[in-house]
Amino acid sequence: MKTPERLPLAGPGLLIDVHAHFMHAGCGRSHWRTINESRLAAGDRIGISVHVASVLGSWGHTSPTYFPSPQDVSVGNDAMLALQRDEPARVRTYVTVNPNDRRHAIEEIARCARAGAVGVKLAASRRADDALVDDIAVAAGEHGFPILHHIWQHRRQDWPGQEASDGVELGRLAARHPGVSFILAHIGGGGDYAHTFPAVRELPNIYLDLSGSGVDRGMLDDALEAVGPARLVWGCDLTMETGLAKLRALSVIGLSLDDLELIRWRNAVDIFPSGSLLASQVPRAFTASGGASA
Amino acid sequence: MIPLDANTFIGPYPFRSVPHPDPAILVSVLAREDIASAWTGHLPSAWHRDPTHGNEILFQELEPFRDKLHPVPAIRPDWPGWERALRNAVDLRVPAIRAYPSQWRLGAEDRGMLSLAAACGEADVTLVLTTRFEDLRQRHWMDAAPDLGGAAIRALARVDRGARILVTAAGRGLIEEVHWGLTADERARVWWDISWIWGPPENDLAHLFSTVGASRFVYGTQWPLRLVQSPRANLELLPDDLRSPPLAASVFT
Repeated sequence: MKTPERLPLAGPGLLIDVHAHFMHAGCGRSHWRTINESRLAAGDRIGISVHVASVLGSWGHTSPTYFPSPQDVSVGNDAMLALQRDEPARVRTYVTVNPNDRRHAIEEIARCARAGAVGVKLAASRRADDALVDDIAVAAGEHGFPILHHIWQHRRQDWPGQEASDGVELGRLAARHPGVSFILAHIGGGGDYAHTFPAVRELPNIYLDLSGSGVDRGMLDDALEAVGPARLVWGCDLTMETGLAKLRALSVIGLSLDDLELIRWRNAVDIFPSGSLLASQVPRAFTASGGASA
Repeated sequence: MIPLDANTFIGPYPFRSVPHPDPAILVSVLAREDIASAWTGHLPSAWHRDPTHGNEILFQELEPFRDKLHPVPAIRPDWPGWERALRNAVDLRVPAIRAYPSQWRLGAEDRGMLSLAAACGEADVTLVLTTRFEDLRQRHWMDAAPDLGGAAIRALARVDRGARILVTAAGRGLIEEVHWGLTADERARVWWDISWIWGPPENDLAHLFSTVGASRFVYGTQWPLRLVQSPRANLELLPDDLRSPPLAASVFT
């Protein structure tokens, strides 16, 4: 429940978290419901209008988080869609797929699109520039979905439990599919983000999501310098306090209100299918800084 | 107003560019963030073989700002004459000194570190330790020091009844390992800053406040490496019953 007497910690105006996660009963964690409630409560406190979220299969309980089985993929997506139905104003669904199960992945995107999903989540089941991922990108494009792609910034080796990709590898995929929007996940989520910025600077269909636990000073400045506010999107991933801190940091490094709005929500609205995120909430010509305008 | 940021530095970082790590900027940041004062170390000294020169720079650069910035010099206990260096620092009325056993490859049983902890206790200055400067996943290949381990902290907490140890940049796992691995008397000698403890949805900070107790924690940001806004955001997102907690600043100010 919202507490209307409190002002949002992130200030007034719309705010879309493009990188959220939820759990479900099949994750093997007894307090899964508490975690979900905690995210929604913290989101209300921060002022998050919409959580665009995914479930990565069983989160490792019955198949690996980054290599989920087809069954776990579907169970997780169903849980995510159920949460969206329960929270129609503030939760949206990425359909998670494992490209190694090509047919299942394509069918899952279509199935979840019919059920109300708004984007595709690719984690680390297959390298981003692998040809298998092309079919996923095509399917996403057919639905007008962006792809949120897990990234290990400057991946210099293979790490256990995932076949991670970095900015260069996602860039190759994005270059092959210029009509699809790619959200490069969590520049603060691990690895050397400084390597990512020049890797994607010239690729206009790659957006950088600011989420992740990393709050290095200089990271936001360099991201802005590399791609500008029109290609940054806000998110939290697993640490919501760092998301709030980054919003406040953006405010003090001199961004205009218009540029802040781009990062807070306008870019996200442009990336996702028209009307899919805020249709029930936003008056026409809404402006975050001043409310509705003519 | 937050009385103290116990974890700040000046000076450049060897492994990446950090925006304006200067004392005048730090003072303006403290004012903007409504923080009264800071304990401030010299960042490059963690990687210097001899911290003497870094300490001299620290005292010189902080001199115009001593009402806000309290110098925390580095004392390396395997370096000849460290006892004199500590006495000099105490004479200059520092509230604390820093040591970097991971960077200096001084293990949990290192006699020098144990002697330093005891000497700090006798001199009534806090010994500040740093768990990490950066996330392990992004470190420069030449930055080979491991994160500070629990065994090293527990050994120091056991050495002297008067020891006062502040561990910065630790996460929940390390904090719990050390806290519950000490006797009640020993754990009363150890405090933690909140710069690297996660908030919601997992709520590590709230969990630690509930179990370990907020009085074992101090406000710290690890400026200029990390965004100064993060610890405050974390406190503001605590559940209602844990908000405005009695942090331990009064022990250190």
